[in-house]
Amino acid sequence: MKRRTFLKGSLAAGVTGATMGGSLLAPNMAFAEDAAAATAADPFAATSMDDALKALGITAEESDKVTVVAPDLAENAAVVPVEVKTSIEGAEEISVFISNNPTVYAAKFKLGEGIDPAVKCRFKVGKTGDIVAIIKAGDKYYTNKKAVKVTKGGCGG
Amino acid sequence: MAKKFKTRLKAKLKDGKVNVKAIVSHPMETGRRKDKKTGEKIPAHHINEVVVTANDKTLLTADWSGSVSKNPYLSFNYAGKSGDKIKLSWKDNQGNTGEAEKTVK
Repeated sequence: MKRRTFLKGSLAAGVTGATMGGSLLAPNMAFAEDAAAATAADPFAATSMDDALKALGITAEESDKVTVVAPDLAENAAVVPVEVKTSIEGAEEISVFISNNPTVYAAKFKLGEGIDPAVKCRFKVGKTGDIVAIIKAGDKYYTNKKAVKVTKGGCGG
Repeated sequence: MAKKFKTRLKAKLKDGKVNVKAIVSHPMETGRRKDKKTGEKIPAHHINEVVVTANDKTLLTADWSGSVSKNPYLSFNYAGKSGDKIKLSWKDNQGNTGEAEKTVK
């Protein structure tokens, strides 16, 4: 019983989080459920970097204050450890894109109070390409990228 | 009956910051992979929302796609203190949910 109430509570919290999380994302998700034809407007369904950025409606400025830490050569392309960090003041969101994946938009992290603007996560990288991070700070977007090489054979580069 | 997914959470105080680490046992299917035996597509099954809170204040909200690795891992630091209650909850695209709770030592 206790567990049940707890679950409900956390679910409710999750929903509020999502609503606060992004006015940008929520309508897009609802949209995607409506029709498959709406994929162009859903950044998570975008299949190319340009489409994803267009769907999000953002243009990002390149910045060396954004750092993407990833291996030059992915040993296991299904599990590529990536760290994104920034020294930009007031960073609110960290988005990660894998430029050559079928699902380009890999993740979005919305930062809360007191958290360091740095997240570590693991991603699948289908093909040699760039891992692009976009940081939102205020009304501006900053970006940087890191090329990751993927070899199918497993050995050598 | 929903399948069981194990959510593991660690929170450790180090140099004045709390390091939060989490791993969820989850297949994270993209929906593009095919079953080798039957040739049928494996339906998409991935976590799409993660919320981490500390003392009921939201620390991090993450939206994920199928590009996140299987058994996803997440790590970050925040300015916290010993005794903070960290809670992580997630939802996937098939309606499963999971959560874990930890008190910072």
